[in-house]
Amino acid sequence: MLTFQFLSTVRLGIKSLMLHKLRSALTMLGIIFGVCSVIAMLAIGEGASYEAQEAIKKLGSNNILLRSLKPPEQARQQGSGASRGMQLKYGLTYEDGARLHSTIPGVLRVLPMRIIRENVRFGRNEIPCQVIGTLPFYTEVTGAGVVSGRFLAHMDEQHQENVCVITTGLARRLFPNQNPLQHAVKIDAFYYRVVGIVQERSQPEQRSQAGKMEGQPLDNNVYISLNTSRTRFGDVLIRRSAGSFEAEEVQLHQITVQMRDLAAVETADPQIKTLLSRFHDQNDYEIIVPLQLLRQAEQTKRIFNIVLGSIAAISLLVGGIGIMNIMLATVTERTREIGVRRALGAKRRDITMQFLVETVVLSVGGGIIGVCVGVVTPVVVSQLTTMRTIVTLWSVLVAFGISGAVGIVFGLYPATAAAKLDPIEALRHE
Amino acid sequence: MPAESAIIRIEAVEKRYQLGDEVEVRALRGVDLEVSAGSYLAIMGPSGSGKSTLLNLLGCLDRPSAGRYFLGGEDVSQMPDDALSEARGRKIGFIFQSYNLIAQLTVIENIQVPLLYQGKDLRAYHDHCLKLAELVGLGDRLHHRPNQLSGGQQQRVAVARSLVNDPLMILADEPTGNLDSKTGQEVLDLIDRLNQGGKTIILVTHDDRVASRAHRIIHMKDGLIDREVVMRPPPGRTPTSAN
Repeated sequence: MLTFQFLSTVRLGIKSLMLHKLRSALTMLGIIFGVCSVIAMLAIGEGASYEAQEAIKKLGSNNILLRSLKPPEQARQQGSGASRGMQLKYGLTYEDGARLHSTIPGVLRVLPMRIIRENVRFGRNEIPCQVIGTLPFYTEVTGAGVVSGRFLAHMDEQHQENVCVITTGLARRLFPNQNPLQHAVKIDAFYYRVVGIVQERSQPEQRSQAGKMEGQPLDNNVYISLNTSRTRFGDVLIRRSAGSFEAEEVQLHQITVQMRDLAAVETADPQIKTLLSRFHDQNDYEIIVPLQLLRQAEQTKRIFNIVLGSIAAISLLVGGIGIMNIMLATVTERTREIGVRRALGAKRRDITMQFLVETVVLSVGGGIIGVCVGVVTPVVVSQLTTMRTIVTLWSVLVAFGISGAVGIVFGLYPATAAAKLDPIEALRHE
Repeated sequence: MPAESAIIRIEAVEKRYQLGDEVEVRALRGVDLEVSAGSYLAIMGPSGSGKSTLLNLLGCLDRPSAGRYFLGGEDVSQMPDDALSEARGRKIGFIFQSYNLIAQLTVIENIQVPLLYQGKDLRAYHDHCLKLAELVGLGDRLHHRPNQLSGGQQQRVAVARSLVNDPLMILADEPTGNLDSKTGQEVLDLIDRLNQGGKTIILVTHDDRVASRAHRIIHMKDGLIDREVVMRPPPGRTPTSAN
């Protein structure tokens, strides 16, 4: 019985709104835009932070990354660089790796890497690559997966074998039409047999030589064993460029420290700093803790969401004020109807209900349309731009819920104003 | 209900309005009135005589400042707002000068409105409402909107609406005021027939010819009943149906 009465109130509300179609549609528009912008903005924010978080997660949240950095110019002149003339010595050393392993509690593995930029040749193909000297457990630490063949083995390390593993991207480019396995590629002056192909989860070193790598293809990697790298290339790397040459001595370009668990990552971070600062008299390395980056990214995302959400909420608020304005006008316009209804037995709460339902129908109707438009908008944005967008269920629910709440909050005042009218006055109203 | 039982009894009813700080208007200054079931009463009087105030009180739209009002044996003089609404909905049928149909509803829906506020299931009353529409001669216009009807037709919908909750009495406030004389006659004939069918009618008018249809006319002046004319005795219950 009650639900029937409620349904007929809703039906009546829709009828009354249909009496002024344009007015109702325009009023709804405010809510539609509000809801739509809440959903779209949150979707864009979500998408942006998702990409950042994915990039960080790929580094491995249990890992701590140490990277060699070329010290800044001034420090170089005063420091050890100047005394050695043209040859610059900096960066992480083999000893650093050993010390990390033996002194920091909670360390699972220490993965050293030498990253040398060289051209890799096969037949007529020649591709600039990163030649990475590393240890067999590289795949376990970085999560790279072996696609075919095998990764480097301990035997390769011990015997300084001339074997290499290449990434899928490089395999595609260097061997367009054949299986790379068992072929040999030429790097510098030596030939290396390809024994495996791996799929990278992340780039081990995207800016190996202090920002000189921009614009390079990112997954052209060749892996050789650390010992091989050391004997074939030496520790001094010489680079020639337009009339000048640069020599630098870097033992390791990167050390990835894999910790036992997340808690160990937290405690190890300051310990590593202290340890390294004791053996490095210049600032020639950086420590990257993906876990902390992830936290920062989450924090940024939260602020981002709050800012975007509030902007969108303001538009919802404006929509709500629009609704209230129209409903106040409607109440004045329908004063006579209110008087008649009161005379025919309507109680105050019946009148309140009638106008409240009308407002909620407006705002929820606007909410439903807004949700539809709001779900489509991010898709269109993704299509037109390269921005990634993610529509989350909670943002839809929140936007829809707010639109309903807006209807109730902004409808309450006009509805009670309508109910408060004196029936005699209302009947006399022209 | 026996013909002689008073469905309306008003005892020394006063109504005072406060205008500004000092000025007090006494719209009614102690009115006594009894109306028995089945009677046809006309209230006349110049504007400012307290005629409208009396009508508002009789219609439970207002409460008296002093005195008592018994409607169908129930004291409604100091009822709270919700109870008054309830009393209006159950006991009184209104017919207004300007019809006052609800614009967004059809004929049949307009007739149903009073039922809505009684919490009644409209589906159960559908046939009842249909009969009323036919009674007022609008059985073929059920789904028309008020703006598609003539004034006379609209007023006849209002008559049907006033009957839907089977009220104790029908209050008609200048029911022909907005109609030309011919359609006015038709509406008055309809009201006559309702009275013949046993309905108690109270009609407010300043038109002597309209009032002449009533059995009893009271003239208001300065907030009091000035004089009362009994045209003819209340009829015995004739078996003629409203149709």
